[in-house]
Amino acid sequence: MSLLIGTFTIGFILSLLALGVFISFRIFAFPDITADGSVTLGAAVAATLMVHGTSPILASLAAFGAGMIAGACTGTLYTRFKINSLLSGILVMTSLYSINLHIMGQSNVPLLSVTTLATQSEQVAVKLMKGATTLDLAGWEVSVRDASLLAAVGLVVTLTGALLYLFLRTNLGMAMRATGDNVQMIRALGVNDGNMIVFGVAISNGFVALSGALLAQYQGFADVGMGIGMVVWGLASVIIGEALVGTNQLGTTIVGTVMGSVLFRLLVAVALRWGLSPNDLKLITALFVFCALIVPQFLRKKRLRIAHA
Amino acid sequence: MLEIQGVAKTFNSGTPNEVRSLRGVHLELAAGSWVIIIGTNGSGKSTLLNAVAGTFLVDEGTIRLAGREVTRWPEHARAELIGRVFQNPFSGTSPSLTIEENLSLAALRGRGRGLGWGLKQSLVSRMRDEVSRLNMGLENRLENAIGSLSGGQRQALTLLMATWLRPELLLLDEHTAALDPKSADLVIALTEQVVARDQLTTLMVTHSMHQAASLGDRLIMMHRGQIIHDFQGAEKRRLRPDDLLARFEEVRRAEQLDESAAQMLAEQYI
Repeated sequence: MSLLIGTFTIGFILSLLALGVFISFRIFAFPDITADGSVTLGAAVAATLMVHGTSPILASLAAFGAGMIAGACTGTLYTRFKINSLLSGILVMTSLYSINLHIMGQSNVPLLSVTTLATQSEQVAVKLMKGATTLDLAGWEVSVRDASLLAAVGLVVTLTGALLYLFLRTNLGMAMRATGDNVQMIRALGVNDGNMIVFGVAISNGFVALSGALLAQYQGFADVGMGIGMVVWGLASVIIGEALVGTNQLGTTIVGTVMGSVLFRLLVAVALRWGLSPNDLKLITALFVFCALIVPQFLRKKRLRIAHA
Repeated sequence: MLEIQGVAKTFNSGTPNEVRSLRGVHLELAAGSWVIIIGTNGSGKSTLLNAVAGTFLVDEGTIRLAGREVTRWPEHARAELIGRVFQNPFSGTSPSLTIEENLSLAALRGRGRGLGWGLKQSLVSRMRDEVSRLNMGLENRLENAIGSLSGGQRQALTLLMATWLRPELLLLDEHTAALDPKSADLVIALTEQVVARDQLTTLMVTHSMHQAASLGDRLIMMHRGQIIHDFQGAEKRRLRPDDLLARFEEVRRAEQLDESAAQMLAEQYI
């Protein structure tokens, strides 16, 4: 049971990453690789700040801000300097590796003796439970620590997801969505599309960095290598989410993306339980995304062939 | 209202694909006039519209609009003064956004966009009124994504969006060319309504000789990046589609003459 709760918790944490990838890939059709670096950036900023005594909430917000700066850099390379979108992301991601090492001062920052959102939510829960360390959840005995973490992370994701939804329905948010949809139209309506892309990629990376900050607090350390392959992970979640909800209505796709992240984490946990080597995880993830991208094309061709026959 | 002076534009300059699309175009539009542009393929009529809209910056010449010199303004800045409808019905709307979201984007054309709520109640009720006037039954489908609508419906909505805030200048770039005849007639009727109602200064490119003859109060004909005919007032009103076709034929013959003359000269002297 605690394994299941842990899976859900990580799934929720990574759903913020998936929402970030959703913004860049789906709303802006901008293949943003920066995310691999900004996951670590968020973790590094939050961990370093917390080690120096900053409150976990402030540290997480700072991580969001740092991610936005990284994203704005990528967006600026693309819009102002006309560098290919993939290359812009690669440039920023590569430089983030060094920047992250500078921020952390070493390749790994442990958070075991530091106040984090994890320890805070545990304290609150223990107070609420009047000192009990386990609780009964529909017949299962669950440690209060695990349950409180899941609740805290669920709260954060619900809150940020709702904020994202509301934001995307403001005048500014609608202009951003339309920019990804139809640049010609949005220019004709007087919107500076370059600014929209910079801002959008910034917000996307803010989400990704926040995800990294929470992940570091959950696992108890920030590591310079923790971002590798995260873009593909996020993309897999987005694709599963789309398959789950099936519509392109804004609210349902946001919920779908979160669900996709949790479901994907669940599938991975099951696969690992069945004996999949953790070393193969990234390969499997990449293969999964490959298949998810290929299958619709394949089906379309097949349908065409049937229609012609 | 609109003053175009000595505007020239060459694409791919310095390469074998060099195209001199506009070669010194002069055009002045009085406020409230409706000018039709016709011309052969590649004559520069759409290029002229795009030069005014700011899709690219011109090489030479100046463009003044509503008393302001806009020659160096980027496209999105000019949108404050200009409403546009494109040839492609898919170009003027955002397919994954709903009808009401598209209209609310248009309601802020050329203005700052902040964190204000996009779909205010007062705006939505005005949308319902305006959309019901299109007679397409779309007023009950405001929450549908625009991507699910037909080309004619989308073009009618694009026209509504372009004129939601009264533009100083309305640019119509063959906006019915991609529609079926029935939808085209409908969109033309809507265009006449809105131009008359708001007394819009309008620049319209068309391929249809029928539209060219029946609409507008002035007609210019372009060829090879220049204006070769300019019909105004009574002369414009007398024009029939056949007259226009005759003018095209004239141009074609002159062209052939040019070519055969050039060939003769080449044979004799080279």
